[in-house]
Amino acid sequence: MQSSAWRVELELDSSRPDPVGKAALQALADRGLALTSPVRSGRGFLLPASLNRSQVETVTRRLLADPVTECSRIVAPGEVPDGGASTLVVRRLAGVADPEADSARRALALLDLEVGAEEAVQSYRTYRVDGPVDSADLLRVGGRALANPTIERTDLASAAVLPHPVPDDLPSSRREVPLLEATPEVLEQLSSTMALALSRAEMEAIQEFFRQAGREPTDVELETLAQTWSEHCKHKTLTGPVHLVETDADGEILRERHFNNLLKETVFAATQKMSPEWCWSVFKDNAGVFAMTDEIGIAVKVETHNHPSALDPYGGAGTGIGGVIRDILGTGLGARPFAATDLFCVGPEDLPREDLPPGTMHPDRILDGVIAGVRDYGNRMGIPTVCGGLVRHPGYVANPLVFAGCLGEIPRSMVDKKVSPGDVIVALGGRTGRDGIHGATFSSEALHQDSDTVDAAAVQIGDPITEKKVLDVLILARDRGLYSAVTDCGAGGFSSAVGEMGEECGAEVELSAAPLKYPGLSYWEIWVSEAQERMVLSVPPEHLDELLDLAATHEVGATVIGTFRDHRRLVLKWHGECVGDLPMDFLHGAVPQPVRRAENQRLRLGPTPWPAAHGGAEFLYQVLAHPACASKEWVVRQYDHEVQGGTVMKPYQGVDGRGPGDGTVVKPRLDLPQGVAIGCGIAPAVAQLDAYAGTALAIDEAIRNVVAAGGNPHRTALLDNFCWGDCRKADRLGSLSRAAEACYDAALAYGAPFISGKDSLNNEYRVGDTEVAIPPTLLCTAVAPVADTQRCPGTPLRRAGNILIQVGASSAAGGASVASELLDLQDSAVPAPDFDTAPTLFDALHQAIESGLVQSCHDLSEGGLGVAAAEMAFGAGLGLRLDLARVPVRGELGVRARLYSETPTRFLVEVEPDQVEDFGALFRTQPWATCGEVLAEATLVVLDGSQECFRCSLDSLLQANTCGR
Amino acid sequence: MKARVLQLFAAGINCDRELRHMFEVAGAEVEEAHVRELMKQPQRVLDYDLFAIPGGFTYGDDLGAGRILALEVECFLLEQLQQLHAQGGSVFGVCNGFQVLVKCGLLPGVAGIPLSLTWNDTHRFECRWSRLLVEPTLGHVLPAGSLLPAPSAHAEGKIVLAQEDGFERLQQAGCVALRYADVHGTPTRAYPDCPNGSEGAIAGLVSPSGRILGLMPHPERNLGLQSLPDRGAGAWGTGEEGIAFYRGLLAPYQAPCTA
Repeated sequence: MQSSAWRVELELDSSRPDPVGKAALQALADRGLALTSPVRSGRGFLLPASLNRSQVETVTRRLLADPVTECSRIVAPGEVPDGGASTLVVRRLAGVADPEADSARRALALLDLEVGAEEAVQSYRTYRVDGPVDSADLLRVGGRALANPTIERTDLASAAVLPHPVPDDLPSSRREVPLLEATPEVLEQLSSTMALALSRAEMEAIQEFFRQAGREPTDVELETLAQTWSEHCKHKTLTGPVHLVETDADGEILRERHFNNLLKETVFAATQKMSPEWCWSVFKDNAGVFAMTDEIGIAVKVETHNHPSALDPYGGAGTGIGGVIRDILGTGLGARPFAATDLFCVGPEDLPREDLPPGTMHPDRILDGVIAGVRDYGNRMGIPTVCGGLVRHPGYVANPLVFAGCLGEIPRSMVDKKVSPGDVIVALGGRTGRDGIHGATFSSEALHQDSDTVDAAAVQIGDPITEKKVLDVLILARDRGLYSAVTDCGAGGFSSAVGEMGEECGAEVELSAAPLKYPGLSYWEIWVSEAQERMVLSVPPEHLDELLDLAATHEVGATVIGTFRDHRRLVLKWHGECVGDLPMDFLHGAVPQPVRRAENQRLRLGPTPWPAAHGGAEFLYQVLAHPACASKEWVVRQYDHEVQGGTVMKPYQGVDGRGPGDGTVVKPRLDLPQGVAIGCGIAPAVAQLDAYAGTALAIDEAIRNVVAAGGNPHRTALLDNFCWGDCRKADRLGSLSRAAEACYDAALAYGAPFISGKDSLNNEYRVGDTEVAIPPTLLCTAVAPVADTQRCPGTPLRRAGNILIQVGASSAAGGASVASELLDLQDSAVPAPDFDTAPTLFDALHQAIESGLVQSCHDLSEGGLGVAAAEMAFGAGLGLRLDLARVPVRGELGVRARLYSETPTRFLVEVEPDQVEDFGALFRTQPWATCGEVLAEATLVVLDGSQECFRCSLDSLLQANTCGR
Repeated sequence: MKARVLQLFAAGINCDRELRHMFEVAGAEVEEAHVRELMKQPQRVLDYDLFAIPGGFTYGDDLGAGRILALEVECFLLEQLQQLHAQGGSVFGVCNGFQVLVKCGLLPGVAGIPLSLTWNDTHRFECRWSRLLVEPTLGHVLPAGSLLPAPSAHAEGKIVLAQEDGFERLQQAGCVALRYADVHGTPTRAYPDCPNGSEGAIAGLVSPSGRILGLMPHPERNLGLQSLPDRGAGAWGTGEEGIAFYRGLLAPYQAPCTA
């Protein structure tokens, strides 16, 4: 153990602007420490005291300091730097990953400086106040404003900055947990003290099993069962029996329905009923797989990483994207990731700080953190983040949601995998540490006000370059046929990965073989650790050497940790001693499934009281600036959405790149004409009033995004992500059941099967006696092949003089719409798709696009026709004239509703004047009408028949939409 | 004979697919080598016409963009790359590859003009299309004065010069290859036409010989009309410029068609 180290501290030259320092000054001020002098940011490294000064100077010059922009300072071991009392040092807590330090350590070898593994190299960052400041204030405020105390510690630079001590090795040996004689109360208590998150019934089932076996369980056996039976891994609610009772607004029972398995009888049943041959893998692997061509499949998965992101937005979102990428790598024999998606749900931006529940972060800080997390992980992986969204709602203040999705390409012959007894178990990738112990069980529990202090171990820090190396090795090894099966280490770590892979045959694992980040882990911690960037491979012994060589070239850890057997048991050893022995049947088949009661009360919702007047340009500005409609370009431009060269329909399009697209289209293979369209839909505000309608709307939105972008509606596959409150409560489970029913109905109506999904069911926040659930949130992601990406139309207008056509009729139901929120209208009837007509409309539009009749096309969603029209102009620098009197409608609608209602299944389409007739011929049975034209002048003109309602310049609209960003 | 390209691979390189695709479309034969393999046989570099370093985040850019790979190149490959250059070969780097060429000292390739690449003025990663004005120093690759549209995608792409007259000295030495320009073709440092605030609006540098070249934006992602943000409406060129750039790089090494 070392007591001291060299400190190398680097700061930008004082003549250079320092945006990080400026942001730090602002963050300190936001938390009540207003300073008059600037803050300068810096970075620092601890280097081993065994180096001499000249070596440290060499390292600084050749490796650490930028020769033009930075100045450096070297502080000898044991010395205290000048001015330290006005400088903060922020560094990661012991055990938290420090990739910069790992890179520095590796690079020291290039300079012929071998540093022992026990010698510390660590990184940190500094904030120096360039003027007078009270040290105590700086430390107190800075510790919160500039650091995340969950994973970082803050010191004054005047204090000794010592390397973290290396923990001692822990001589752990087999430990039993006395269970056989325990009373039910003791069982419950045990579940709680060991943080197993198992119910009383589950603990009793385990007790009964071990009574039969005639022995006490070991700690690692209980941990394994807790992980495998967790809500996160087993989806007990969605796959369990549910009794649904629906009542009307007066409490009269309308209907009852019993499900033996909610998911199987709804979402999954629809897929089974259709069983399309173009879906190659559904609901059985880490991702669903559908066909892009006859030979190439597309693997898709969307995950949530909500609880970790609430505690550490940056790390949580980064590891969320890292995790879903591994899902794709672990699908079949491994798919090659080529696109990523993200969507965030956070609280309102104008939330006063005093309204924050205790222990939670401000929504803006959460948002900045999750954007940066996705950016830094996705960009480093070289996977374009192409599609996403942002939802603001007060229901997400304490429980933000972070969705991350990934798509990969996979040859058809590699969609199936099979573990054979005798294959060795190889852990590939990062080392195992105490990271995220109990992540699987933690995310199955509600957050509470002490979450940010007690659950620090549940936070995970990502290291994207390790994952990139794993990706490189895995795809090379796949193509050389070096392994027979693969899966990712996600929730539950090795326990879930090995447990699932060995489910059909059996496995034996020697836990002491796993490479560790640091000593001192007990065997059960190694088994359930959720350290990131690890995959598990099943390798036929004859290929082992080649695989290990390949991994060595790419500097990726690859270690044999066990063997797959044919005894259908899971056997765990620690230095040769058996510490766990469970039959696979019990592990995977014995979780008790209680019937849960679900209640859903239908609300009485009247007609939407739209004002008669159109509201003028002023109201359109307001709608465009609403968080649901405001430009997200500032987010999208931080993601490398062009990497790999295949992003042909971009998230922002047009001459200045300012027009938001609908679905994105990406070509996984640059040498082929085909691509994949990706879209998503979400409608939590509607779902809060009617979970069925909100879910159906989300699905319609996802599909229409994909169709508008050029995707084939007859080959569209869907993914579901259910994020709900605590579904042990009947009302939460009631809305969930209705959402699942909507999935079934919509999937069959649209002919779009669900191929994969995920749920996150305990998004509640407890403070005192109050429990607050998020709004019922279903994210639907739609993906579809595009036969020839050259035919995709895009949203920007093409040419002045072209005709604008609204396809699909507008109706007056405007509950939970942007306009109704801005107008403060009472809750009213919500829009819902018409399952009879919507599929034929999508089909007709697709035919029109395939025939080349569509010049540009945009779906109508949040903000309705008004926003869609403005957005089509943004991408073109052209204007347009809209005549509201000619818009196709269903029922009576005033001008305001025509402009802003959010009826689903509608599009605004640009068609050349002499092709309007051909276009219309495809829509014989569908509502459509010409309602405007493209103008050369960059102006939006809105008419009601012969009367002009208002006109405004494109610049003014864009200004409103970008909100000064 | 096709031009022979050796493309470097290392931990964190992630623009290798599109670069390889573009080189092949432009008529080259491409092989890839992992830096750890190449370190063992650095002479291999001499078997090729052009050595290319693709974009990415090598080693996470953990110690500054491209820093560690630059040190590896400096320690193990620099001599061979200089020899390749001396015998008429080319060295080329895009984005992170450009940062590596600058930080290992191969660019600008003349002594006494210290420069570096640092954080964009916006202090964040920027992914947006740029127009690059071709300087006469690059006239052998693309017509001088023409515009090359290409997406920028970087966080540390701002060229900073240690000396006040650094830009003039670079220009006199014939090292300024590409500059960010507005829609009219006028060089500009103003955001967003210039995504990073680069001094002299420099987007790419070339050695006085014209054969060591690096740039921040990615012409290999300009694969034709459908790659363009406006899909061919005219604001972003004809869709041919990206391929023409790579053809120009390879031209000296392509034997004329003898059929």
